Formats: sequence, structure tokens, C-alpha cells
Amino acid sequence: MKRAGFTTVWLPIALLLPQLMIIAIFFYWPAAWAVQSSFYLQDPFGFGSTFVGVENYTDLLGNVEYGKVARFTLIYTVLVTFFSLALALLLAVKADAVISGAKTYRTLLMWVYAIAPPVAGFIGLMFFDQRNGPLTQMFQAFGWDFRLGADYTSTATAMVVVAVWKQIPVNFIFFLSGLQSIPKSVREAALIDNRSATGRFWDVTFPLLAPTAFFLLIINITYALFDTFGIVDTLVRSEPGNNPVTLVYKVFVDGFRGNDLGGSSAQSVLLMLLVLVLTVFQFRLIERRIHYT
Amino acid sequence: MAQVTLNHVRKTYPNGHEAVQPCSVEIPDGELVVLVGPSGCGKSTLLRMIAGLEDITEGELRIGADVVNDKDPADRNIAMVFQNYALYPHMTVAKNMGYGLKNRGASKAEIEAKVQEAARILNLGDYLDRRPSQLSGGQRQRVAMGRAIVRDPELFLFDEPLSNLDAKLRNQMRIEIRSLQQRLGVTAVYVTHDQVEAMTMADRIIVLNAGRIEQIGTPTEIYEHPASTFVAGFMGAPPMNLLRADIAGGRLQLSSQTLLPVPAPQLATDSVLVGFRPEDVRLGGDGSAVLEVQIIEELGAVRLLHGHLGDQPFSVSIGKDEHATVGAQIITLPQDRVHFFHPDRGTRI
Repeated sequence: MKRAGFTTVWLPIALLLPQLMIIAIFFYWPAAWAVQSSFYLQDPFGFGSTFVGVENYTDLLGNVEYGKVARFTLIYTVLVTFFSLALALLLAVKADAVISGAKTYRTLLMWVYAIAPPVAGFIGLMFFDQRNGPLTQMFQAFGWDFRLGADYTSTATAMVVVAVWKQIPVNFIFFLSGLQSIPKSVREAALIDNRSATGRFWDVTFPLLAPTAFFLLIINITYALFDTFGIVDTLVRSEPGNNPVTLVYKVFVDGFRGNDLGGSSAQSVLLMLLVLVLTVFQFRLIERRIHYT
Repeated sequence: MAQVTLNHVRKTYPNGHEAVQPCSVEIPDGELVVLVGPSGCGKSTLLRMIAGLEDITEGELRIGADVVNDKDPADRNIAMVFQNYALYPHMTVAKNMGYGLKNRGASKAEIEAKVQEAARILNLGDYLDRRPSQLSGGQRQRVAMGRAIVRDPELFLFDEPLSNLDAKLRNQMRIEIRSLQQRLGVTAVYVTHDQVEAMTMADRIIVLNAGRIEQIGTPTEIYEHPASTFVAGFMGAPPMNLLRADIAGGRLQLSSQTLLPVPAPQLATDSVLVGFRPEDVRLGGDGSAVLEVQIIEELGAVRLLHGHLGDQPFSVSIGKDEHATVGAQIITLPQDRVHFFHPDRGTRI
């Protein structure tokens, strides 16, 4: 194949420059600034900063509160990822089997995708309203004294439910297109080879969906860790004291409510490292093993 | 092994399209039947109904003694080879072949033995641990065959299994499939649009056209006595020459100047379609028929002369040692090998 080339070296540079500048200004510069300020203790009133070395990090690692938030974030991420993937897969498998009215049905299932996280949080607030929220009433009917924003477990439950609800459509779209890209004849061959529908799903359909599922796993972990900020913010009603929060939310609370920019920067740097590990994990360990062709 | 019986089997889609008109066929045990026809003629639909992948709208399908209309594909004791092989991409060759057996509760040792046996028959021994993506088209085809034979089915179903292979491999696999089917003695239904495959492989051919069976017969019967102009034109390459002739005074008139030097049949109609196979026509003769040759196709073993006979297209196949040139060429039409068809209905007379 003939490779197209530029005659001058300046044109490609000029074409790349805007994108590179956006990345540099909005991603690398703040990241570098966070790394730098994580080694300083900032004066809360902005009068200056003192170099403290790795003290911000050692403080964090010894901090009981930080450990508690990290543990909650882990559980939260596992729950959100698991339920949003599992429910979306179930819905996709069922929607794939629908023949009449399939388009309308699928569109309805995707609708929630268009809702912004804080709005999803507000809708969650309505559902979990103390006096007339239908979900609160349902939980209370089962004998659970549900108190959003006042009780740790109640808030945690609401956070998981809203985050899962918001994420299902994304996963649904990917799973559905994954299912539809499995060759029809392969499924038919399985139909002749195995009379059990469950068996066919786990032996043939699911392995062929694995690349999609793995991609979604990473997307969902990232979502639960970082993108649920709006939902958390709305549901804890700016009262992070007696409510569960995630690591990302704690960065915000400590930095902008507590004015501890140094400590908050150190937390950001740890999160950046976490993303790095996730990315390496995605590309090195699993992605190349899970593709078949 | 089993006899397959179709009793007025019919397929109508919800939109009202009748893909297969009621058809009845009996396929004796051990026979290889080829369903042949142009695309959209319903041959694949018929096969898929036998497989259970498509519902039967009406009629009764028996495999052996059992009516299987409402049985799941997995319970029909059939094996199917798909056009694009439909191998499981995430399984090794051995797993692909053993998957059906595993689901029927066969023991590990039994699966292993059967897979080894199939691999030996199909020369796949070195590839058992590979994935389908690491195999060539011909090898994948063999794996699909292997998957079918390890199941010891009562019935083989082939859905255009060779159409994705190149011409050379296709000829080779054709012979392999046929000899394998004969050796195993399993009843088989084979769908193809390729009339050469149909002629060479079949015990009997079913020619389908627009959801209707045009003719059922052995390859020789189909070739020598086509039941309609459709069959005559579809089977054989180049196809049978069909000339429209008027019957005037007991003679066949091609055009105002040209008479067809064969005796006219006794008919109620005043015109008729006359058919000649290109290879039944000879060069030379008394000059009563003259072919206006326009193009000569060189095929090596034979030579095809394409031209016109009394303004109607006509082709002749001659041996490689015979000589012909473009222009007027005297030919002799066979007096015994002549086919007559109804001018409107196209049915054999």
C-alpha cells in the first residue's frame, strides 16, 4: 500500500498543535501542579506554602478516616460495577430476543443514558425522599428505617442504586451490539449442539461477549471511581461528616472545604497512580488474551 | 441413519411471503439428496426447516419414524455444516468437534476417541489444539465436517458448504464429502446453487424454483428429461438451447425463412419450445441448419460456438479436435435427442 505523506514538516505539526495544547494545558499541567503541591503544606489563607516532602503521603497512609473512605470506595466500586454489568447484560440478552417492537423497546432502555449525573442524583433524591419517596416507603414497608443523608447505610444504598441505574444504559448498548455481532450461524450451530439455553449462553454467547465485557469492566470501574461525583455530591447533601463518600469526593472536600490543598493533591496523585495501574492492567494483561481473531 | 419424509411441508412468513410451497419428498435411508435452485428459491429455508432452525408453517416432517416438527434442533439427531462453517471461535478444534457430544453426556474418553477418529479421517490430527482463526479455509471446512461426523447423526445437512472455497479446493472437497457420506452411509440433504455440485454429488436432485419443486430425479433423469424449461435452462453448462418455433403444416418454423429440420409433435397449440443440448448438436451435414457463429469460447477440452440459428440465440459444444470458424457453419440437429416444452407453461411435452 502506498503511504500518503506530507511534503513539509510544519503542516502535521500545525494540525496536531491544538489537540496537543489542550492535552498539555488541561491535563498535564494540572497533573504536574498536583504532584508539585502534594509535597507542600499550603497556608489555608493563601499566604504561602512550606515544603514538607512526603509528609502529606505518610499522613494519608496513617489516616484512619482515609482508610475508611478507601474501603468504602472499594466496596462501592465493586457493587456498582457488578450490578450495572449484570443487570445490563440481562436486559441486553432479553432485548436481543425481542422480535416485535424491538426498536422502541431498545430506545426506551437506553433513555436514561441522556441524564447527567447530578440530575440523576436529584431524581434519586426524589425517589429516596424521607416523607414521600417511593423507594423510602418501600424500604420502610420492609421494616428498614431508611434515612437518606442521616444514616450511613441508607445513603450508601441510595448511592449504589442511583449509580447503577445511571450506568445500565451505557452497558446495555455495548452488550446489545456485542450480542448482535455474534454470527447468527454460530448461534444456530450451538442450537444444534446444545439443547439447554443456559448452557448455550455460558458456553458460546458469553465467551464471545468477553471482549465487550472486559472493556465495559474497565469503563465501569472508572465510572464508579471517578464519574459518580455528581451523584455522591447530591445525595450526601454537602454533609460528608456522617455519610459515606468516595475517594474522589474526599479530594474535593479536603481541598476545597477543608482548604488542605497539599493533602488533597497527595490524594489526587494516588488516584492518578490508580488509573495508571488500571490502564496497564487493561492493555497488558487481559486485552490481548481475550480476543479470538 | 434414517429415512426422511416431508409431507406437504410449507413455509409462510408472517408478512405473507410463501417461501416454500407445500412439498412432499421421501428421502430413503443413506441417500444424498441435493436441493438446487437459484438464490431465493427456498432451498435454504427447506433445509433449515428440516434442521429445526425455522418453524414449519404446515405439513409434517419425519426423521426415521418420529414426527419432529416440534422437536428442538438438538433433539433431532442431525448435524449441519454451514456455509461459513459457524465454528466456535473461542474453542480449539478438538473442543469444537466435541461440544455436541459433551452436551449429550458422553464421557471424556468417548469424546476423545471420537474426535481422534474424526481427525484421522479428515487429516486434522496436527490441528486439534488450534483455534479456528489459525486455520485455512479448507481446514475450517474440515473441522465443520468433523463436528458433524463425531455426532454420529441420523441425518447430515449441508448448507452450501463449499461456496466459500476456491475452485480447486471445492472440487477436491466435493469428492471427499461424497465419499465420506457413502462410507458412513448417513442420509444427507445438501443445498447448493451450483449445478455442477448437484450433478456430481447427488443420488437424487430436487430442483426448486420460487418455492416450488420443479423436478425430483436422479442427475441423469434431470439432465436427459428436464421437466420444464426452468430445469432445462438451470441444469447444464452451457444451458440447453431453447428455440421458439411455430407449427405450420406439420413443420417447425423458426422464422419466415428458417425451418427446423426435425419432425413436429402433434400439439393443440400452434407454437412450441424446442430444446437441444449444445453437445448433442454435430458439425457438418446437409445444410438444412446453418448456425451463424459470432463467438468461439475455448475451454480446452471442448470449444463452445455461440451464435444464432434463425435469429434465435444458439450454442454448440464441439470437441477440441473439431474445427470451426466465425461465420456461417453447417450443423446437424439430433433427431432423437430433442426436447419439446409447452410454449406458455414451459412444461415438458
